[in-house]
Parts: sequence; C-alpha cells; structure tokens
Amino acid sequence: MSKQAQHWEKTRGLLFVTLAIWFVFSIGIFLFGAEMEASSIKPFGYPLSYYMTCQGSLGIFVILIFWFAGRQEKIDEEFGFSEREDD
Amino acid sequence: MFKGNFINNLPKIYGTYTGGFIVFIILMAIGEQAGMSAKVIGICFVAFTVLIYALIGYLSRTIQVDAYYLAGRQVPTVFNGMATAADWMSGASFVAMAGGIYFKGYGYMALLVGWTGGYVLVASLLAPYLRKFGCYTVPDFIGTRYGGNLARLSAVIVLTVASFTYVTAQINATGTIASVALDIPFNIAVYVGLASILMCSMLGGMRAVTWTQVAQYIVLIIAYLIPVFWISNKMGAGVFPHLMLADEVARIAELEAQFGLGSVKNSAADLKQVPKGLSGITKAHAEVNTTPWKFISLAVCMMAGTASLPHVMMRYFTTPSVKAARRSVGWSLFFIFLLYSSAPMLATLSKLSLMDPNLATGIIGKSISEVQAIDWYQNWNQANLMFVSDFNGNGTLELNEFFMGGKAVVLATPEIAGLPYVISGLVAAGGMAAAMSTADGLVLAISNALSHDIYYKMINPKAETAKRLLIARILLVLIGFAGATIAALEIQGILGSVIWAFDFAMSGLFFPLVLGVWWKRANAQGAVAGMLGGLAAGTAYLIAVRSGYPGFLDITQLTFGIVGSVVSLVLMVVVSLATKAPDAATQKMVDEVRVPSGKAILGRQH
Repeated sequence: MSKQAQHWEKTRGLLFVTLAIWFVFSIGIFLFGAEMEASSIKPFGYPLSYYMTCQGSLGIFVILIFWFAGRQEKIDEEFGFSEREDD
Repeated sequence: MFKGNFINNLPKIYGTYTGGFIVFIILMAIGEQAGMSAKVIGICFVAFTVLIYALIGYLSRTIQVDAYYLAGRQVPTVFNGMATAADWMSGASFVAMAGGIYFKGYGYMALLVGWTGGYVLVASLLAPYLRKFGCYTVPDFIGTRYGGNLARLSAVIVLTVASFTYVTAQINATGTIASVALDIPFNIAVYVGLASILMCSMLGGMRAVTWTQVAQYIVLIIAYLIPVFWISNKMGAGVFPHLMLADEVARIAELEAQFGLGSVKNSAADLKQVPKGLSGITKAHAEVNTTPWKFISLAVCMMAGTASLPHVMMRYFTTPSVKAARRSVGWSLFFIFLLYSSAPMLATLSKLSLMDPNLATGIIGKSISEVQAIDWYQNWNQANLMFVSDFNGNGTLELNEFFMGGKAVVLATPEIAGLPYVISGLVAAGGMAAAMSTADGLVLAISNALSHDIYYKMINPKAETAKRLLIARILLVLIGFAGATIAALEIQGILGSVIWAFDFAMSGLFFPLVLGVWWKRANAQGAVAGMLGGLAAGTAYLIAVRSGYPGFLDITQLTFGIVGSVVSLVLMVVVSLATKAPDAATQKMVDEVRVPSGKAILGRQH
C-alpha cells in the first residue's frame, strides 16, 4: 500500500472515532433526556439533562476538536505529509 | 501601524484596543454619575464603537485580489478564531437566544448543542481540506472539484438563497438596535445600520472584515459577560455563575410550582389583549419538555447547516496553513462557547430576578399598580417589550399575567436587576457588534461568489484585477441595499429566518461539499442534482408546511433541512453512479486535497 493510501486510512480511522464521540454527545445522550433528568448524577448540582445542554456537550466539543487536530497533526507527521514552515 | 510587522503586532494592537474600550466604559460610568442622560450614553456607545470599526475598515483597504478575497492568507489561528466567532454569533445569538431559553427551556436548548456540535463536522470533514484546496469562495471549490459552470452556478444559487435569508435578519437586527440607541425611526435606522456594515467591508473585502470582526468579538463578549457576572454577584448567587447557579435553577422550579405554572391558564380573550410578539412563562425552566426526536432533529439541522454555511467556511480559507485551519476551528468554538454557555445563566438570573419575592427586584406577587409604577417597567412597556394585566382582578400580579418580548431578556435584564445604565449602553453596543459582524460576513460571501464565480469565472475570465475588485464592490453595495430594503419591510422575525438559512444551506450544500472530499466517485452530474434537487425539495416542504400541510415524521418548518438533505444525498449518489466516473485528473486532485503538504490546488492568484 502506498504511503498516501496508508495516510488516508489512518485519517479515516481518526474521523470515525471523532464522529463517534461527536454522535454520542450531540445525539446519543439526548435520546435519554428524561432518564438524564431523573439521574442522580448532578454536575455542580444541576440536573444532568440541563447541564449537558447548556455546558457539558458544548465543552466536550471544544476539547474534541483540539484533540482531533493534535492527532491529525501526528498522523500527517508520521507519513511526512506535514506542511513545511514556509508554506 | 498596519504595515510590515502588523501580524506580529496583533496581540499588542488588540490588547491596546481592549484596554481603550474598557477605559471608554469607565468614562461613560463616570459620565453617568456626573449626570449624563441615558439617551446620550446609548448614543455614545453605539456611535463610538461603529466609528472604530469603520476606521479599521478604512485602514485595511486593499487593491490586491488575494487580500480582498482571502485576507492575504495570513490570519493567525487565535485571531481567526475570534473573527469566526463574531462572524458566527449574530444578532440572533446575542439578542434572541437567552430569550428563547427563558421562554422555551430545554426544547430550545437544542440550538445550543446544534450551533456548537456543527463545528466538530467543520473541523473533521471540511475546513482543512477546503483550505488545502486554496479556493476563494465555496462555489469555487464546487466548480473546480466537480468541473463545469453548471456545478459552480448551482452552488452560487444555494449560497445566495441561504445567505440572503440570513442577512436580511441581521440588517433587521442592526436597524432595531440603531433605532433604539440613536432614537430614530426603524426604516431610517436600517440604512444607518447598512452604512456601518458597508464601511467595514467595502474597501478591504475579507481583510477589512477579518480585522473588524476581531474588534467586534471583543466588544460583544465583554458586553455579554459583564452583566452575567455582575447580576450573579449582586444577587448573591455566586461569583462564578456558570458553576454556581444550581440552587437558583432549583429555586425557579420551586417558585414555578408555588405560582401555579401550567395549572393556571389564560383564556383566549385575555390573551388577545397582550401585544403581538410578547409571551408569558408557560414552560418549566429546566425540565425536559420535548421528545428526543424533536430535540435531536433540530440539533442535527443546525449542525449540518453549520458545516454548509459559506460565510463560516470561507473564514478558514484565510489561515496560513492547513494545520492552522484545523486548530482555528477549535479556537472558534472556544470563543463561541464563552457566550453560549453564558446564555442559559443569563436566562436563569433574569427569570429569578423577576420571580423571586425574596429579592428586591421580584415583581410576581406584588400589586399591579406597584409594578406599573416602576421606572423600567414603564420604559420597556413603551418600547412594546413588556406588558402586565390583572386578568383575574385580584389586584396582584400573577405569573400568568406578566408578558415580555424575547429581546428584553438580554436588553432589559441589566436595568431590571438594578445595574447602572452604562451597562445597558454596553449591551446595545454588543448587540450591534454581533449583528454587524455577521451581516458583513454574509454580504461578503454573496458578493464574492457573484463577482468571482459568476463574473470572473463564467462571464469575463480576462478581466483585470482593478475591474474585478470594482465589480466586487459594486455588488457588495447592491446586495447590502437589497437586504436592507427587504429588512425594512419587516416580513419575518430574526430567529425564524436564521434557522431557515441553516436549513437551506444544509439542503443544498452539505452533501456536495462533504462528498467532494470524502467520495472520489462523486461527479458533476451527481453534485448538480444533489444541490438543486436538495434545495428544491427542502423549499417545497417549507412552502407546503407553511400553507397548512401537516408534514411527516414531526419535521417542521424549522427542520425542513432533513427533507432537503436526504433528497440531496440520494440524488447525488444515484446520479453519480449512473453516470461516468470523474476523470483521472480530478481523482488525482482529490488525492492531493487529502494531504496537507504540497501546493494548494488553486494558486494565490486565480
């Protein structure tokens, strides 16, 4: 397999992991709104459903993007596809 | 100051600017103590900030094509994040969102999840690849990737429909704020707003818009956060509201039960007296009050719409590298998060201020005549944003007898909570900054698509630089005027049309953009069918629902993008597979887009 094909395979793998995490926190947990509301887990004392919609999921998305960017940079470096500084 | 080392000096320049703005706020506060009237403070805030933006716009003027379309591709990661956040957060986010949360609670907060989650799609599916491509506009990508003027034209059509729907709402918002702050009639204020918007973009295109948007972000985030922190501390709710309002949320639920929320209903005849656009509290503050599907379908539409709106995507064309584009999406979302995570807190503080009889500001349970005598009630009642009426004739204000406009949650809460007027002036300047920055991004996205993709690429490919930029500027002004004229008619609300814009963009552009990078087999015929078919299907569903068709699967006029994008996906895949595969050159181009290193597909000047 060419270097480029391997690079793309790893990139696609990272995409699937990223989208899976995204799916859980943007769609998955909101299938269980009522269960979250009744849950005894109360971050900072807020009902879990309320907390996830106003801070929890939002904050996870921010962290997820930075994590994704870091991982993708590593993949690019590994196969020598990083940009040169003067690009 | 804007020459040579400008990029290296950015932190210093914007640091000085922020310091200067804070000094200005302090001066206004001193002025208020010395007896400056509320009206003069309001005028000073709006006029001063708008003049600064215009000055930045003037200093960033340019006669170079890549500066006009791409800000010279040298906007650093963090600053591009701020500019995107301002570009993104419109009058709807700033003025209307907290109000929506206040009235509709959990069901409405799907928008918070949708408008942030979409950035994960932007970062992972699109932004870095489109940056590598090196396009000037979104249709530029579609036109080059799929080949052919028809694909390019279809992308311009979708872009124009979505962005124009959005921009009328933003010009409407600038007009509303300008008319209140400067005390002039709305249909004149709309053009004052338009003039301010054009001053920021006309001379310098993307370059000027970038640097004014950074300035506007700083103003709007200060204007949003100061009242939230101040009210929370004043009320004794906690020094850091985002982590400390759990007791207040619980207290609201207690008061809702005490005041009979949901059990006391207003009769239709009583509701007729309430001025149009105002509503009472009818939904519990923090309860899960909607079905999972309704919540998720709205969130999904906003997420896919985020990843298809051209004015956001084109911000990532301006970073120095692919790596920077990726990181920049993270910074954008971080800066957006600062405001979005504060909106529910503002809604909580606002509601508690009005409801809790233990607080000096609480009005529920007081006598009607007492409430009617309060200064701020009279002001906002005059502005048609507040209304009380003694429906049951007991002389006391009940929860179901108090009505407020959605905008008032952001605009009036500082006054209700007893903050000095200088804060209200600051909030007006913040709202103006939010609406202006988004309007600028949108007007530029439309006029760039028309000038670059229609005029230069399709009509006159031999046009000289000077002529291209002249055409771009003329189109900018024309589109601005068209937007302002429609805004002056006031045919639609701000929030509704913003949500429509997302659905339009999602219907026509989401799959053609994503598959352009991730599916080599996608070809021009498929993309054209996907764009036009998706847009047509979405629009048809919207029109049908608006004219009384009950719809299916609980898809409403706010989520018609689901219909549009599914049709778009199916058409694109079926038509692509039924026609010839893209040629070897196109396939090779897609391969190159997928790696960060190497030259951009389209050069700096094209």
